Amino acid sequence: MEVPILKQGPYLIATVQSALSDEDLVQLRDAIVHRVAQMRSRGVIVDVTLLDLMDSFATRTFRDIAHMIRLRGADTVIVGIQPEVAFTLVQLGLRLEGISTALDLEEGLAFLNRKAKGASKGGTSPAR
Amino acid sequence: MDSTFNSAAAAPSRETRVGIRCDLDIIAARQKGRELASKVGFSSVELTLIATAISELARNIVLYARSGEITLKLVTNGERRGILVIACDQGPGIPDIARALQAGFSTSKSLGLGLPGVKRLMDDFEIVSQVGQGTTVTVKKWKE
Repeated sequence: MEVPILKQGPYLIATVQSALSDEDLVQLRDAIVHRVAQMRSRGVIVDVTLLDLMDSFATRTFRDIAHMIRLRGADTVIVGIQPEVAFTLVQLGLRLEGISTALDLEEGLAFLNRKAKGASKGGTSPAR
Repeated sequence: MDSTFNSAAAAPSRETRVGIRCDLDIIAARQKGRELASKVGFSSVELTLIATAISELARNIVLYARSGEITLKLVTNGERRGILVIACDQGPGIPDIARALQAGFSTSKSLGLGLPGVKRLMDDFEIVSQVGQGTTVTVKKWKE
């Protein structure tokens, strides 16, 4: 199941719409990294609202995406992690260290806009 | 409460086997597990914990043994009801189980077996492994 990646101004929005196999996750990672370079995007939002489960592989892949995008000089925000998923991640001992998260798409966009503003003023933007 | 559970004809609905050969089977196994566990009335958090544990066990099969099987079964213990998950493979086996169980669920790099994580998600955990023979992990989650 391919994840659609939409361009919204300087940002990309990837909306996960169903359970993802390991191969889907790797494809998503590669597609995002490719599109960020192609579009010279400033930020990426990965919307996982519809994901009812994030296991160790999914978590690691999202972390990889965020780190790869950061190396490009752009930001990633994971939005919509469900409460059950958050609970399970903590129980499993999985961390999303250094990765920005937001409640939903709207807050994710607001976060990226704030960061862009901070950067254009030459101020050091907060890490998260 | 559900009388059909007592009839022999309904028995298959209490037990499901899922062959594990590729990453799509991982999804099938955890979805079947969630479905079966929901019959016991687990909360949505518990259903997610169970499905995630199944996902980790199924992935271990794909990664280390290439193929195997996950058996899902509703169980009872007196008044308690729960779900039993057996992940069985004829893979290379685990030479040092103690280490696999503590070797930090390394979140960042290793493709860690994730067994300590699975142990934390479930109530009962049992592992039998023999080098060259295979591995069987049996876990249970009880409805509180």
